[in-house]
Amino acid sequence: MKLKKLAALAVAGAMLASPVMAELVFPSLSYRTGPYAANGTPVADGFADYMTLLNERDGGIGGVMTKVVECETGYSTEKGVECYESTKGLGALIYEPLSTGITYQLIPKATADDIPILTTGYGRTSAANGNVFSHVFNFPANYWTGASVAVNYLLSENGGSLEGKKIALVYHNSAYGKEPIRTLQALAEKHGFSLTLLPVDHPGQEQKSQWLQIRRERPDYVLMWGWGVMNQVAIQEAANIHFPMDHFIGIWWSGSENDVIPAGMAADGYKALTFHAVGTDFPVFADIQKYVVDAGLAAGDGSNVGTVLYNRGMYGAMLAAEAVKVAQRMNGVADITAGMMRDGLENLVISDETMEPIGFKGFAPNFTVSCQNHGGPGLGAVQQWHADSKTWEMVTDFIEPDMSVIQPLIDEDSAAYAAENNIAPQCN
Amino acid sequence: MFYREAGDYKTTYAEDSQTFPLKLDRYAYYTLLAVAFLVVPFVINDYWASAVLIPFLIWSIASLGLNILTGYCGQVSLGTGGFMAVGAYAAYKLMTSFPDLNIMIIVLLSGAITAAVGVLFGLPSLRIKGFYLAVATLAAQFFLVWLFNKFEWFYNYSASGQISAPTREMFGYEVTGPSASAPAKYMFCLVLVLGLAWVARNLTRGRIGRSWMAIRDMDIAAEIIGVNPLKTKLTAFAVSSFFIGVAGALFFAVYLGAVEVGEAFGIQKSFLVLFMIIIGGLGSILGSFIGAAFLVLLPVLLKNIMAGALGWPIDLAAHIELVIIGFLIMLTLVLEPHGVAQLWRVAKQKLRLWPFPH
Repeated sequence: MKLKKLAALAVAGAMLASPVMAELVFPSLSYRTGPYAANGTPVADGFADYMTLLNERDGGIGGVMTKVVECETGYSTEKGVECYESTKGLGALIYEPLSTGITYQLIPKATADDIPILTTGYGRTSAANGNVFSHVFNFPANYWTGASVAVNYLLSENGGSLEGKKIALVYHNSAYGKEPIRTLQALAEKHGFSLTLLPVDHPGQEQKSQWLQIRRERPDYVLMWGWGVMNQVAIQEAANIHFPMDHFIGIWWSGSENDVIPAGMAADGYKALTFHAVGTDFPVFADIQKYVVDAGLAAGDGSNVGTVLYNRGMYGAMLAAEAVKVAQRMNGVADITAGMMRDGLENLVISDETMEPIGFKGFAPNFTVSCQNHGGPGLGAVQQWHADSKTWEMVTDFIEPDMSVIQPLIDEDSAAYAAENNIAPQCN
Repeated sequence: MFYREAGDYKTTYAEDSQTFPLKLDRYAYYTLLAVAFLVVPFVINDYWASAVLIPFLIWSIASLGLNILTGYCGQVSLGTGGFMAVGAYAAYKLMTSFPDLNIMIIVLLSGAITAAVGVLFGLPSLRIKGFYLAVATLAAQFFLVWLFNKFEWFYNYSASGQISAPTREMFGYEVTGPSASAPAKYMFCLVLVLGLAWVARNLTRGRIGRSWMAIRDMDIAAEIIGVNPLKTKLTAFAVSSFFIGVAGALFFAVYLGAVEVGEAFGIQKSFLVLFMIIIGGLGSILGSFIGAAFLVLLPVLLKNIMAGALGWPIDLAAHIELVIIGFLIMLTLVLEPHGVAQLWRVAKQKLRLWPFPH
């Protein structure tokens, strides 16, 4: 019986491993099932649709067609590993796993296999130090800059001082949720606010005790690092205890339509960070509508176009596509390898000149990647939810993080990683 | 016609009580070993190792461990995930504290540490049984996961609470870390599986195993005939936890390379292993392997068929996969409540008589 199974597996494996010629392969480790599907689906749709758009409108990138290979992870690290192993042989150029846990798995593996990882706004923060993490890129923003942006926003709301204020952090009790703690502790010391930590265990449906504690301690502000069903529950619980919504700020992963709509009018005024613009007010969306959705080629049912997470998936695809263009120019070949892709990412420049022709002008801040800095500037803006019109509105400009606090933390954490794994600095 | 004892003469006691009394079984076993040791390492690639064979081998060790406790000694445990976490974190602390220690010794020491923790959480089994014991071990599961999340010492104060395995070698081949080759990782796990399965088989058919089974079948009667329940139950907890700790250490160090406790060793892992032994067969070594294959290999196979070969949308494939696995579990339990191993036993019995069943 076992032999039969193995034989069948071999057949299936052989079918998977058939060679692909002259295609730019972008594996998409997505999750359209499980407790995080509500958030995973729009991101995967955005990523796939933008790649489809490139094929339909431009005939691929530099004349080579793109191909998205989707693999369902269910946000589980074990399935993530299986997906990585099953797709890396197909000529994968880059991984965007959309999971901090899977990112941690892939950092050493992908570095050994010479395949770059791009984690836009998630993953391991200290990977911003390109000197140590040669194959990991986390531009344009990461959790530590996010935490700092949130605190800077609160500073500006409070006339420049948070002395004596109480801030609570409600976080997913995993690598993802724990990331900002160190930065927030450093910032609490610097600005004199007190920080209360409230972990929520996976998957986050049960948060009664955390919100009871918030009701008892009455913090001035609540920050949230949540994902999936945890976001919806937290916003509902906050509404239940009548916590003022405009004092409740989520990270960019806790600020999508799926998170606030279930709470209805009670979610009005909820704030979240973002590192790119919201809405469909950009020329690229007209193209998406024309070439992808109307042509019936949309991933999923096409209902997610223009939502926060769809835009983020699209943004991630755009950054990867631009890096491909850089790599093609650098090497003079159209069909690039993963190693060339890495160099392309490291020399990526996102400016008005790159954004305008592809219809992204004003979608996100400009930045430059270098060998030392894989993290970008870390700018973030605050958006607010309007429950009556069901729209997000940007209420601030892009805010700078406090790098004087973050940079030493990045250097310390990456130095520890380099020492643990005997990594020599790659930049000279 | 060929599958029978006739003509296979046993002239010593050792021959008479061997694990595979039938020649055909014996040859099949030797062939399997030869293929596993001499063929697979040369053809294995990263995908086969990381997605199929290594998880199968590691889950086999875990289900062997739980089968000793639940299948042979009758003590229901829902703490498997927590005990695997103990093995993983013990391996991590040992690897980072003693960089020169051989990885094989680290894995075995992690098992030993888990055995000690297992005995500690096994103490309530002396007073409580059945469902109540299940709840007590459930408490162990949640306590251990909380412990490894709460105290930063366990993950060396890293910012994210993730632990990641540094590179370690065995006979000059890397078996942990990112650049470890597929054959090296596979062979390392295979040797441990073979060794532990051999230990389990010989423990369960010897004096200790018989006393476990006596306690399982009726603890009062066992006590009356002179089986010491304290010693018996605690040895079962110790041996079982040792196996599970080794599985946890391998799961972390060899298979995943980086884990966080809540995600990798949550309550769902405890249930997964429990389902493995129930489907495979309680109180059966073969059943442990069959159960692990059922719940580890079958999902991968179904996924490759549906999403890979048939080209279905991946979310649909993922949902159908759950439906099929669930249906097969129910079907197995309805048709053969004693697990697939019992099905195999019945088939063997029938084969011996074939083609003259009367």
